[in-house]
Amino acid sequence: VKTDDLIADLSETLTPVPRHAVLLRLVQGTGAGALVSFLILWAWLGFRPDLAQAVDTSMYWVKFFYTLSLALFAFWATERLARPSSKAGWPLFGVAFVILALTFLSGMRMMHTPADERMHVLMGHSSHVCPFLIAILSVPIFIGTFWSLRALAPTRTVLAGAVAGFASGALGAWIYAFRCDETTAPFLLVFFTLGMALVGLAGAAIARRVLRW
Amino acid sequence: VLAAEAELKSLMVAGLAGDKAAYRVLLTALGEVLRRYYSRRVGRDDAEDLVQDALIAIHTRRATYDAQQPFTPWLYAVARYKLLDHLRRKRVRAAVSLDDAGDLFAEDESEAALARRDLDILLAALPEPTRALIRQVKIEGLTTQEAAAQAGRSEIAVRVGIHRGLKTLSDKLRGKDAREDG
Repeated sequence: VKTDDLIADLSETLTPVPRHAVLLRLVQGTGAGALVSFLILWAWLGFRPDLAQAVDTSMYWVKFFYTLSLALFAFWATERLARPSSKAGWPLFGVAFVILALTFLSGMRMMHTPADERMHVLMGHSSHVCPFLIAILSVPIFIGTFWSLRALAPTRTVLAGAVAGFASGALGAWIYAFRCDETTAPFLLVFFTLGMALVGLAGAAIARRVLRW
Repeated sequence: VLAAEAELKSLMVAGLAGDKAAYRVLLTALGEVLRRYYSRRVGRDDAEDLVQDALIAIHTRRATYDAQQPFTPWLYAVARYKLLDHLRRKRVRAAVSLDDAGDLFAEDESEAALARRDLDILLAALPEPTRALIRQVKIEGLTTQEAAAQAGRSEIAVRVGIHRGLKTLSDKLRGKDAREDG
């Protein structure tokens, strides 16, 4: 192929690109995945039985906003990492800040808990399944997000994969929060974050193979 | 450099809006920039392949350029990514050919038949339309124009299709080694 011919072909078939095309693509992939995850939660696990009463407790909303804000910051970082020459930048500080804030809250909770009850406060009754259920619920979101990223152009591939994975995990955790009836900050900090980190690791592991362009 | 940045950026913005003439001027200018960039870093033949690779990448990934940002860093990030990808590919290819050298020299009877069989196996990994295009253009010697007319597709679709198909094949050839090494 002669380069001049290639240039002629590419410019003759040019179509306009909508503004915010990157964001749009992510919303399509990730959004479709989230919808599937939500349906899986609904059909397979169901919502927590005490949902109506739980919305009156502050821990319900801590869980809601912890997962949601992590997802938003991490997807924001993903959107930036999907472009050549862009850095993840301050959205990652947002992620760190949210985790630190919950760490502080967890420390407070532990300080006000008698020593012999701390283990129970930390482990709850579902710690052995929580991270894995979050990881499973994140799978459709993960697939959708990576589908989106494949049409984009991340140059720091492994970082982009890790952040996109973590973001998918955080959104999966937000959906799982409609099911999870644990009520302590330490549980949330350790086992929810662990679930997200698992998905982040998976993202980093497949990034080189999947996100190459 | 500053003048070039302003000019390239306005052409790119026009291109994103769908201005074909501006886009053509842009790609021609970028072809020059890329040729200079690559010819200093790889051999002459590889350089022209890389220019085309980078132009196709710039075209298919153009949505990732944010018009709020300067254009040149984006351009060089794409060019650099394609360069690193190329070098990695090349290194892997060299490693593979050394390892397999013994096997290659051992079997040299009816080389042509074997080659044809290998080719069929390789091509089988591609989806049918791409397979047919590569066969017609790269083996039977049709021009892309003729292949496009036969397939009832645009010429650019044919070219991009062939380009991607060949890339898939070279990924396949690199096999496991490449995957471990990234």
